[in-house]
Amino acid sequence: MSTVIATDGLTKRFPRVTALDQLTVEVQPGVVGLVGANGAGKSTLIKILLGLSPATSGTGRVLGLDIATEGAAIRERVGYMPEHDCLPPDVSATEFVVHMARMAGLPAAAARERTADILRHVGLYEERYRPMGGYSTGMKQRVKLAQALVHDPQLVLLDEPTNGLDPVGRDEMLGLIRRVHTDFGISVLVTTHLLGELERTCDHLVVIDGGRLLRSSSTASFTEATQVLAVEVTDHPQDALADPDAAVRERLAAAGLSVAMDGSRILLVEIKDDSTYDTVRDTVADLGLGLVRLEQRRHRVAEIFTQPADRAERTGGPADASVS
Amino acid sequence: MHPSPDARTAAADGGVIHNIGYRRYEGPRLGRGYATRSLYQQSLRAAFGLGRSGRSKVLPMVVLALPLLFALVVAAVQIFMKMEKPVLDYTELLDGIGVLTWIFLAAQAPVLLSRDLRHHTVPLYFSRPITRADYVRAKFAAMTSAMLIVTAGPLLVLYIGALLGRMDFGHHTVHLLYGLAAALLYAVLYSAIGLLIAASTPRRGFGVASIMGVMSISAVIARIVYALAGGEWADVPEKANWAAMLSPSWLVNGFTNQVFGLVTDSRVVHAPGAGAAVLFGAEILLLTAACYWFTDRRYRKI
Repeated sequence: MSTVIATDGLTKRFPRVTALDQLTVEVQPGVVGLVGANGAGKSTLIKILLGLSPATSGTGRVLGLDIATEGAAIRERVGYMPEHDCLPPDVSATEFVVHMARMAGLPAAAARERTADILRHVGLYEERYRPMGGYSTGMKQRVKLAQALVHDPQLVLLDEPTNGLDPVGRDEMLGLIRRVHTDFGISVLVTTHLLGELERTCDHLVVIDGGRLLRSSSTASFTEATQVLAVEVTDHPQDALADPDAAVRERLAAAGLSVAMDGSRILLVEIKDDSTYDTVRDTVADLGLGLVRLEQRRHRVAEIFTQPADRAERTGGPADASVS
Repeated sequence: MHPSPDARTAAADGGVIHNIGYRRYEGPRLGRGYATRSLYQQSLRAAFGLGRSGRSKVLPMVVLALPLLFALVVAAVQIFMKMEKPVLDYTELLDGIGVLTWIFLAAQAPVLLSRDLRHHTVPLYFSRPITRADYVRAKFAAMTSAMLIVTAGPLLVLYIGALLGRMDFGHHTVHLLYGLAAALLYAVLYSAIGLLIAASTPRRGFGVASIMGVMSISAVIARIVYALAGGEWADVPEKANWAAMLSPSWLVNGFTNQVFGLVTDSRVVHAPGAGAAVLFGAEILLLTAACYWFTDRRYRKI
């Protein structure tokens, strides 16, 4: 399958704020995370992709269809799960999802059949005949997902699907989202401001900030190994008052390694070459300390937000960030 | 038809025939027009509480039943008393059940629009093939149809009663058509007004109160102006009838009475003269168009 979403210089200006600024990004089939703080332009992007709001400038294609001229055709093939609550409390899930299926153009009989199917897939059983006003947040999120999937779209846009869920509910929802791609064969664009979730769920991440593209690359590249060793040692077995960290630090620095502290007990040692491991081991052994941890650090997605200025400097501006 | 060998094998094995994996949908996608019609159907059903909780059926069903019951009683009395002429004309019946139609409008127009706004369901519609204009069109058609069902029902009961009572077929058929035309005007104008008010607030109670207020206060004002201009005299002066332009219900009543020649004496509210009838008609048209336009515009911004 070819590119699912492609935008070129997409810009959206409101009278007082620029929501999207020259956004150029390509999204391939799979589960793609759209990451950004509140107000980063995620919801604006989704509206433009659905053909509901015209871009100020720039172009975009969803499933190969032009967002400016083929909005109706896009909306027939795409499912959308909004962030906010959108369920009338006095109708049942079945009644509601059937109605939404017909709104997507499915004949009445097919709408009923697919509603029964999809509600089962998202894990709603007997309760689907009860008015939705009595549902838990988790059940409501499932119905919202079901209405986005009921017409068998090629792509679903999920806006903050884990909002308001407890940890168990969140895991279940993330599992469900994974299945939407792996079992149902539907591509997913999912937004969230909780980064940990995306590391586990998404194949690819698109990070935007202030309407600009910060980075677009595979999840693996976000979490790839760094050239830093995390080292943690035990206290000295006899001398409880001595500061073992300081001692190790001193020795390693003397050996020509650069060392930083991360938190109270973890030393971050820059890896020069393979001999660095030996140096650390020998140093710790010489001091008579125990080695609790010796591991190569991995990047975390969160880092992209904690050091944005730093990153921009290193790569020559946010626009080029995708190259890094 | 013979069962296929596979099906027989499966049955013989007692195995599970149902495939519980995800199934693709390869069937037709009927597009915008179909979706708009489906929204119309669903909204029309919702206007009578169908597909919603039992409690939400009570009011619309009562409002639907009362005029029918009223017409039934009138028709029965006419037959029983072997009357030659009807107790009341079709348009008079509509005027008589006027308050009930206001209640229906006030209660159900917010059901069609405010609920979708309140529960933020609107974005789900607009993320599908239908456009904002389609949405407003479907809701307007549904509200108008619902109003027509409430008002046309008793007219038909009255008509059947008249025919059973062996009254004049020609006269009654023509007057039934007058009544239906008036019912259509009421339905279109009331729906436009009711939906505009309902679209402006996500709060249902507020919508109900506002619609009821607009309908009843305007009628009271028209009544006061009418009375001040001599509407209570035995011989009502023609100019008093201009007061009818102040209220939607009086407007339609005055317009239809004049156009269909139902003015039997000066106390029947009517557009004073042919020129006035044109003015009354123009006001109905303009009010409906303006309300519809504003409703449509409201949804363009969501």
